[in-house]
Amino acid sequence: MTAILLLEQLLNGLQFAMMLFLMSAGLTLVFGVMGLINLAHGVLYMVGAFACAIIAGLTGSFWLGLLASLVAAAMAGALVEVGVIRKLYRRDHLDQVLATYALILIFSGGTRWLFGAFPLYLDVPQILSTPVNLFGLLDYSSYRLFIIAVGIAVALGLYFLIARTRLGMRIRAGKSDREMIAALGVDIRTLYTLVFALGAALAGLAGALLGALQSVEVGMGDSVLILAFVVIVIGGIGSIKGAFIGALLVGLVDTMGRFLLPYLFALVLPPDSAASIGGALSSVAIYILMAVILIVKPKGLIAANG
Amino acid sequence: MANLTIEHKLNIFLVLLLLVLPAIALILDEPFYITLATKVVILALAGVGLNLALGLGGLGSFGHAAFFGIGGYIAGILASHSLNAELMFSVLGVEFDGTTNMLLIWPLALLVSALVAVFIGYFSLRTKGVYFIMITLAFAQMIYYFAIAWPAYGGEDGLSIYVRNQFLGLNTLDPIIFYGICFSLLMSVLLLVWRLKNSHFGSALQAARQNEQRLAAVGIPPFGIKLTAFVISAMITALAGALFADLNRFVSPDMLSWHTSGEIMIFVILGGVGRLFGPVVGAGLFILFEYFLGGLTEHWALFLGIVLLAVVLFARGGLVGLIAGEVKHD
Repeated sequence: MTAILLLEQLLNGLQFAMMLFLMSAGLTLVFGVMGLINLAHGVLYMVGAFACAIIAGLTGSFWLGLLASLVAAAMAGALVEVGVIRKLYRRDHLDQVLATYALILIFSGGTRWLFGAFPLYLDVPQILSTPVNLFGLLDYSSYRLFIIAVGIAVALGLYFLIARTRLGMRIRAGKSDREMIAALGVDIRTLYTLVFALGAALAGLAGALLGALQSVEVGMGDSVLILAFVVIVIGGIGSIKGAFIGALLVGLVDTMGRFLLPYLFALVLPPDSAASIGGALSSVAIYILMAVILIVKPKGLIAANG
Repeated sequence: MANLTIEHKLNIFLVLLLLVLPAIALILDEPFYITLATKVVILALAGVGLNLALGLGGLGSFGHAAFFGIGGYIAGILASHSLNAELMFSVLGVEFDGTTNMLLIWPLALLVSALVAVFIGYFSLRTKGVYFIMITLAFAQMIYYFAIAWPAYGGEDGLSIYVRNQFLGLNTLDPIIFYGICFSLLMSVLLLVWRLKNSHFGSALQAARQNEQRLAAVGIPPFGIKLTAFVISAMITALAGALFADLNRFVSPDMLSWHTSGEIMIFVILGGVGRLFGPVVGAGLFILFEYFLGGLTEHWALFLGIVLLAVVLFARGGLVGLIAGEVKHD
């Protein structure tokens, strides 16, 4: 194990974290502002990936595909919000769980019907397909660096949007007192649709970006959804800052765990069982992290508005 | 019969249905439908377990697959040691063998799941709401990955039980006999849950859901009540898991996955949270839809989704709520 390998894994962890942040930002906003548990968030990730793969396949341009993923996911989000989600805000969390679970079945079933069960492929764009040399130390995928950059840019953009703009002010106000802001004449229904579509677009973007690294298929959002929930719970539900910290923790702990634990166990165990025990423990690492954080801080690291 | 509510009548109808349908399948010599009914009964039992925590106590556990899987693995591990005539383990010279006797497997499944539930519940009950949902998921995921990585009992491939376990010398491989065992257990547990619900403990548990401060103010610590409910709930689901392993004669980490937790929760919500027979209706409808739609079209999941969505949007309080109306406080 060399320092270069370690650096490479750190960058991989950072890239994973940024993808998780893109997923979690929308989830935490929707929960924080509307009080809605949205299991269908993973579906929007899938929608983004499919839109990108199809448009990129038709036009030959990854960038048009990326744009399409944002538009398609935002539209799907807005549609779902107006058609279904809007009726659920005043309902029990359990009703929301069942309804959004039903949406997963509908979207996954519909996508399988339209595009079949075979995965689609999405290529990394030409300009980002060659590795770049970092500090004269290692060659690293420029596409993964691009994902990291997008994640940081989105985090800064969201911070600016929420802290500095009128829309952000309304979102924050909606979070703390929904009746009051409605009484002040803000169209809360449109605001909610907007927030939902924004979260959906970010999930779609994450799906499109990751689609080029994995295959684009039905059900690709399921495991990411669970991880995104882990992230927002660790960070504290409703807090964008919490989601960012949570994403960094989960991304780095998961990647570094998978990399380092087998080495650590190899110091005390025979290589065969070290690999299997290390592998198992690293899959569990983020859940242990979440359980410990919740035992110590039952409302996550950054409790938003109490 | 005059003072029976609609819900009582519905429950009686459901019991009769669970008695009559397999009997008809037996007469028509359609063992597959008996097996399908057995699956419904077992999954309903798992749901009844969760419903005790979720419906009465408001504890939305997203980790009940852990207990379902523990029950399954207890049955599978004991049976595999017994069938291979291997020693399980020995403590201080006392040797423990496996067994294929359900009357030994069930108590052990209940005991182990209770111990695990005390541990998980003790830490999880410090959190509330969505955080509780997620921390129970976290513990279940730990057990899931442990089962995958543990090579002794099949790891990711799971573990086969070559002969169904024994119950009082009956031929448990005969579908109708195994159905009878599962049905009797479901009825006994429903009776138990009904008695619990109307007991002092049940009242305290429902009070813990509605207003913890008031419960504490009348001198009952909510934590102990909720932990007890969580443990009983886990034990019921573990019993269902042991039966499920016997039904399929197979256990795998799938039983422990979060999909399983989700499905058990869906049975409860679909049927009606907190309704005694809610999980029976939920599991029954879910399995029947899955089976019959699956026979009609490969896109059954899409239609199942539409049905579920319609139920949430138009049937508040699940299907039992739709038929029997709001809960009466008499």
